[in-house]
Amino acid sequence: MKTGIKTVRISIIGFGNVGGGVAEVIRRKREEIARKYGLNIKIVGIADLRGIIVDEDGLSEEAIMGLRTGDKKREKREDMTSVNVIKEVEHEVMVEATPTNIEDGEPGLTHIITALESGKHVVTSNKGPLAVEYKKLMELAAKREKELRFEATVGGAMHILSFVRENLAGNAILSITGILNGTCNYILTRMAEEGLPYEHVLKEAQEIGIAEADPSKDVEGIDTAVKLVILANSIFDRYATCKDVEVTGIMEITPDALKLADDAGYVIKLIGEVDREGCLKVAPRLVPKDDPLNVGGTMNVATIRTDLAGDITVIGKGAGPIEAASAILSDIISIYR
Amino acid sequence: MKISMDIELQDIPGQLVLALEPVSDFGGNILSVLHQRDKKTPSGRIPVQFVFELEEKRLDRVVERLKERGVKVVRIGKERLKESMVVLLIGHIMHSDVRDTIDSIDSTGFAEVVGLSVSMPGVAKKSSASVTLSAIGKKELEEALQILKRTVNKKGILIITPI
Repeated sequence: MKTGIKTVRISIIGFGNVGGGVAEVIRRKREEIARKYGLNIKIVGIADLRGIIVDEDGLSEEAIMGLRTGDKKREKREDMTSVNVIKEVEHEVMVEATPTNIEDGEPGLTHIITALESGKHVVTSNKGPLAVEYKKLMELAAKREKELRFEATVGGAMHILSFVRENLAGNAILSITGILNGTCNYILTRMAEEGLPYEHVLKEAQEIGIAEADPSKDVEGIDTAVKLVILANSIFDRYATCKDVEVTGIMEITPDALKLADDAGYVIKLIGEVDREGCLKVAPRLVPKDDPLNVGGTMNVATIRTDLAGDITVIGKGAGPIEAASAILSDIISIYR
Repeated sequence: MKISMDIELQDIPGQLVLALEPVSDFGGNILSVLHQRDKKTPSGRIPVQFVFELEEKRLDRVVERLKERGVKVVRIGKERLKESMVVLLIGHIMHSDVRDTIDSIDSTGFAEVVGLSVSMPGVAKKSSASVTLSAIGKKELEEALQILKRTVNKKGILIITPI
């Protein structure tokens, strides 16, 4: 229980599934956040390709819903850009939730730099800027004495970054090995269970919305690689980029191979592996059936090897708007704790 | 070297110690003893299986000493290759000279391919195989794996290794 309520004004840049999820959890948990953490989180600006809405006293639920559903055009600010919102609207935390672009990190990179330079903390779910310019962004945040948090970028609801940073403080982290992409896990799990070929299961995953229309980033292992880069940089103090990761995808995995693995007591999973010796690798690997990393469906899992606590395995949902919003919300709260 | 041995003892007290002593006397290290008192051979003896580590050149003298003591040695198994692992291969395994792939390991002298199971779904399609590698020690097994990786990489075959 906290006495005295602190108002925290936030902007949400990028209002797709994740950005919408953030607005939704803040609405749902308004009272609980005030009671437990003494925070009144007020959304003062939202910017999206569909439009921009701003209200320095806090946007109404109707205005937020209106942007999501596409009505209430009259409230939109046609005169502003996302950068204007970040720079000119007074607020404390910018939530960056635009889609990941690992080529040049944009538009997220510009959003984050603008926010830090204009004195805002940043919480992001966008992997691109961190994969491309991690060092520059962390240095800028340090120089401006602002926080840059990114729990939602790796493993979604597993909260692996804060788990390592806070709960495992004092431990040396030796390695992190895990399944960091739910789409690949789903495909390999289904192929193994049903003996179906890759192309068939991929199509099925696309139909039910687990795989994207262009699944290449997931199945080629690139998404996992980007997450490994973020783990390497934030937990192992490296300045790696995607180019440093050795990547093999799952496209060549056959039902026969899964059967042979099964006969030998294994499953095949797309595993990302990072350690403090410099290993940075994504590849299909044999996982013993009784290993904690043998997790099915779309789940994510990571085993953290430490010097004192031994091996610790965290399992959680890797994707989904509310799961990502959970990570973003915990980042916002942790800035003020 | 790890050696497993099946022996038969007379059903009288003190026989087990009598059988194990020679191994220790020649510097061996006993790893396990399975003493099946409830199972008797047709000749009324008790079968014992035991596993020990011993320098290979001393094995003959141990066996000789056992015989002197009236212990019947039924079987001696020399398990030279102690460490093993399974890896999977996906690609044109047979058509890229599978014998050469196996030879790259067998020719090392410290590791061998001891198991190979292949699925070939169609002539033009990629095959999948599980390969069991065995080696005399952990370090050698790792080295054998690196050799296999290099060999199959050149042939465009995907290798999947255990975590």
